[in-house]
Amino acid sequence: MTDWDYAPAPESRDVVRLRSSYGLFIDGRFSEPVDGSSFKTVNPASEEVLAEVAEAGPGDVDRAVAAARRAHTDVWGPMRPAERAKYLYRVARLVQERSRELAVLESLDNGKPIRESRDVDVPLVAAHFFHYAGWADKLQHAGFGPDPRPLGVAGQVIPWNFPLLMAAWKLAPALAAGNTCVLKPAETTPLTALLLAEILQQADLPPGVVNVVTGAGGTGRALVSHDGLDKVAFTGSTEVGKEIARTLAGTRTRLTLELGGKAANVVFDDAPIDQAVEGIVNGIFFNQGHVCCAGSRLLVQESVAEPVLDSLKRRLATLRLGDPLDKNTDIGAINSSVQLDRIRELAAAGDAEGAQRWQPACQLPDRGYWFPPTLFTGVSQSHRIAREEIFGPVLSVLTFRTPAEAVEKANNTPYGLSAGVWTEKGSRILWMAQRLRAGVVWANTFNRFDPASPFGGYKESGFGREGGRHGLEAYLAEGNETLGPPKAELSGDGARHG
Amino acid sequence: MADPRLAVRKTYKLFIGGKFPRSESGRSYEVGAADGTFLANAAQGSRKDARDAVVAARKAFPLWAEATAYNRGQVLYRVAELLEGRRDQFVAEVADGEGGSPAEADRLVDAAIDRWVWYAGWADKIAAVAGAADPEAGPYINFSVPEPTGVVAGDAPQSSSLLGLVSVVAPVVVSGNTAVVVAAERTPLPAITLTEVLATSDLPGGVVNVLTGRTGELAAVLAAHMDVNAIDLCGVTGQDVAALERAAAGNVKRVMRPAGEAEDWAADPDPQRLLAFTEIKTVWHPVGV
Repeated sequence: MTDWDYAPAPESRDVVRLRSSYGLFIDGRFSEPVDGSSFKTVNPASEEVLAEVAEAGPGDVDRAVAAARRAHTDVWGPMRPAERAKYLYRVARLVQERSRELAVLESLDNGKPIRESRDVDVPLVAAHFFHYAGWADKLQHAGFGPDPRPLGVAGQVIPWNFPLLMAAWKLAPALAAGNTCVLKPAETTPLTALLLAEILQQADLPPGVVNVVTGAGGTGRALVSHDGLDKVAFTGSTEVGKEIARTLAGTRTRLTLELGGKAANVVFDDAPIDQAVEGIVNGIFFNQGHVCCAGSRLLVQESVAEPVLDSLKRRLATLRLGDPLDKNTDIGAINSSVQLDRIRELAAAGDAEGAQRWQPACQLPDRGYWFPPTLFTGVSQSHRIAREEIFGPVLSVLTFRTPAEAVEKANNTPYGLSAGVWTEKGSRILWMAQRLRAGVVWANTFNRFDPASPFGGYKESGFGREGGRHGLEAYLAEGNETLGPPKAELSGDGARHG
Repeated sequence: MADPRLAVRKTYKLFIGGKFPRSESGRSYEVGAADGTFLANAAQGSRKDARDAVVAARKAFPLWAEATAYNRGQVLYRVAELLEGRRDQFVAEVADGEGGSPAEADRLVDAAIDRWVWYAGWADKIAAVAGAADPEAGPYINFSVPEPTGVVAGDAPQSSSLLGLVSVVAPVVVSGNTAVVVAAERTPLPAITLTEVLATSDLPGGVVNVLTGRTGELAAVLAAHMDVNAIDLCGVTGQDVAALERAAAGNVKRVMRPAGEAEDWAADPDPQRLLAFTEIKTVWHPVGV
């Protein structure tokens, strides 16, 4: 019998020059923390320590915010917008030039398949900087009044699921609008943000315009509660998002939140089943399901539930799980042992509450953090696996009979980030799209992103949009808005009152 | 000589779900004119009244949100028409409550009527201004449209009993939201009289609900309510703002903070208040044969 197994096709990691330790990127250069410590970042596919990384303390956050304030007042605020644009174009080009290095490092630190970091994450990063570069000198035409002004200094806290892409989503619009930034990458994935800092050095971005403070939750708290910020942007869990909103209560600091999700992916009986199955797989198994907008609840019309599930199981059996640097790999490593524990706990709750677990035969590597692609059928709306964000490769399958029931079930969640609809009937797509309470509705596709298009949530999935013209709003003072904190006068920052 | 005729006074009640209930608590409070003379007893709304108002607003939301923009625009315009017809009554109530000259009250009522007209015209233009059809780097097309946020709670400005109220309610409902609004605490009577206009303007019951009472008490209930999607704090002052914002974080409410300085409600509005209570939805579809 012919052996159809794939031979391994690993991407070389030689393109990445890992340093044994990394400092904080403040005021244009790397420095040791003044009151922090350090932590290790590991490769989740092997548990190998990749590097030692500085953990910023409150004093370091102070330094970073002060550097950003100086840069905003002295350089970035007064700079001609067309010049700001050219810096961002430079960054986009440098990201393209160093794309392989960024992709390999992302897969090493995060555990995602190289196919995704190479073909999705990094290209979107370059595209995002390229898109917002062009906005920098067109802000007065963006529909936010004739004289839109930057807010000042933005503190930005990003998650570990798309480390570099989320950095780009945060930095590009903020910088284009004339703000300066202090970025806090996630504890388990700091390395590509630090490589991006090196790229910013290569671009000759003025010191202090972007600062990167690595660390864990304590660093994040020190940043978002810092009274020198005009703006906080956060992507991460709904729980932490609520904590940040409470922290900023009663201040004049502006806030945008991009939080969790529990998206319904609705498959009608007239859907093209093969395409829908690809969309279901892409919806929940892309990036190991570490996606806030993942299609984690499959709502399939009862009349086609059996053929859809049969087809889905056949497809899952062909997914290849393993070495993230192997170009054949579909499913990489779970990002951390903490996340793996959470996925296991919720999957166990699925068993305990009476749902039926199905997993394809799947060999898990001996070392590293892994979870096989998993389906739960017989799920009811009250089950934890139907209500809570699992943030892993676990799909909960529910059924419905009528379109109205599909809408009812899809919207029966405190979240509202995304939704999917699969049907060949155009009028039904639009009818569903009008009723699904979610910021992004993918019809006959799923998990598509573009820097020109807005992305963000309804309800407890957060507020504000990232991407496109809409994404600028979070970083601009509008109309007759007056920003409150007296620190503006103290710092002599005229742009805020301009 | 005949005795002068004794006037028939109005009982000022709440406006919930298109009906005019008293407060379930049985409480009321004295409302005085600017010069201190007694005007009326207004209902002092309770936690239960606030919750009932949210239930009514939630119930009204789907149909109002699905009404065509043209229809919503006409309903808001009709509010202006009916307000115009009763302008003398509003001028008298605003002058009584806020003090100032009759000419000033006259101008405030004119501005309130014109504000309904201004927002009515926005109904079918919001999408043109805030929506988009963005180009994708691939075989996809998507469009983005603003949609109403849901149930919006508001604390009406304390300084402007009619114009301020209209300025915070009209931008909320024109896009399809439903509203629960707490009237100015000391000057609630024009708000209640306005509900008589709303009740006869083809505005479906529950789209606007008006509570009177202690702003602090009612605002706290609404800020913490898990079925309220957004809250406008413009009628709240001082330390209360932080506490209400903390409560609002419980379900990630959109919060409109009070302006830093006293707001001039007579100034020409911009669409910011309207857009603040909308959500952008982006719908994608592949392109192919």
